[in-house]
Amino acid sequence: MGVELTTTRLEDAAKWAKQSIVERASNWGRKFSLFSYPFVTACCGMEFMSVAGPKYDIARFGAEFPRFSPRQSDLLMVVGTITEKQGPALKRVFDQMAEPKWVLAFGVCASTGGFYQNYSAMPGCDQVIPVDVYIPGCPPRPEQVLDALIMLMDRIQAGRGHSQLRTKREDIIAQRLAGTDE
Amino acid sequence: MSQKVLDALKAAHGNAIERTGSAHGDETAWIKRESLVAVATWLKTDPAMLFDAPIFVTAIDWLDWKPLNRPPSEAWAEGKPRFTICYQLRSQTHRHRVRLEVEVPEHDAHCPSLSSLWPAFDWQERETFDMYGIRFDGHPDLRRIYMYEEFVGYPLRKDYPKEKRQPLVRRADLPINPIKAPGSAAANRDE
Repeated sequence: MGVELTTTRLEDAAKWAKQSIVERASNWGRKFSLFSYPFVTACCGMEFMSVAGPKYDIARFGAEFPRFSPRQSDLLMVVGTITEKQGPALKRVFDQMAEPKWVLAFGVCASTGGFYQNYSAMPGCDQVIPVDVYIPGCPPRPEQVLDALIMLMDRIQAGRGHSQLRTKREDIIAQRLAGTDE
Repeated sequence: MSQKVLDALKAAHGNAIERTGSAHGDETAWIKRESLVAVATWLKTDPAMLFDAPIFVTAIDWLDWKPLNRPPSEAWAEGKPRFTICYQLRSQTHRHRVRLEVEVPEHDAHCPSLSSLWPAFDWQERETFDMYGIRFDGHPDLRRIYMYEEFVGYPLRKDYPKEKRQPLVRRADLPINPIKAPGSAAANRDE
């Protein structure tokens, strides 16, 4: 379908110019009103509280409200180690979120499994769900999290999030099948 | 510190005890498996013992263990049973503690359950079963407690591969999908 999976920030910015005015406006609205669902399983939760607290204040970037229902949120923050036993729960939470949705892997455990190379820890939550931005660090500094959030906002504005790309692919496939593709 | 417990134990149940030992302030009695319940009941109910606080139960896997840079002690012998099950007990009344150890071989990894005497051992015996595969006879509800039911094998045994994962769920678009790989838990389940 010709839809690349990964882009750099500059390429993201270049995509921005090609969007229609409606897409540009809706993505602008999406990126400044992220409702996050914190899937907090481990010690990274302390850093998440720090980011959400008044000193670093993730609300400055619009990701203000942690919603504790996946149906009301569009940003899944996977904070901490994911075990194999938790995999089905994580998949279910992700499936319950409404489109479009984005995923942030917070810390090395959520990104790669970290130093847990054993029978019980999942080697990164991207084994189960697609991840948009990975944040390294054990735990990451709040500045890193804010940087990742800005990266994600760039990506949302460019329409390059995983769920946005998937919607585009499905649209293209549907057009091809219907024969309306020029 | 609790040598008097071992002495009383030897006086009361001398033929149930294989040997006794003391290391780092912990007194240990190696008990024959068939008399573990009798010894434990006596330790709990005798007025001079009154072990009312169960501390922990766990197992030790001695697979391929060799004493390193030490002369072979009496604790080590060729043909030693693979598993040792440790029950650590404490008396809050008399302020003494003792450890009961039971040696079980690999082909017959059974041990009498003490969860009817001390209900706190219920979940710990389940954990020992989950991690080492020791079956506790008489346990009311011997199921896995940490791992999921689909898990095959016992992860803390020394011969369990260190990084062998048995995933429950994976994305369909992974380049290498361990769920679909032959030999995985899901593949075994389907067979």
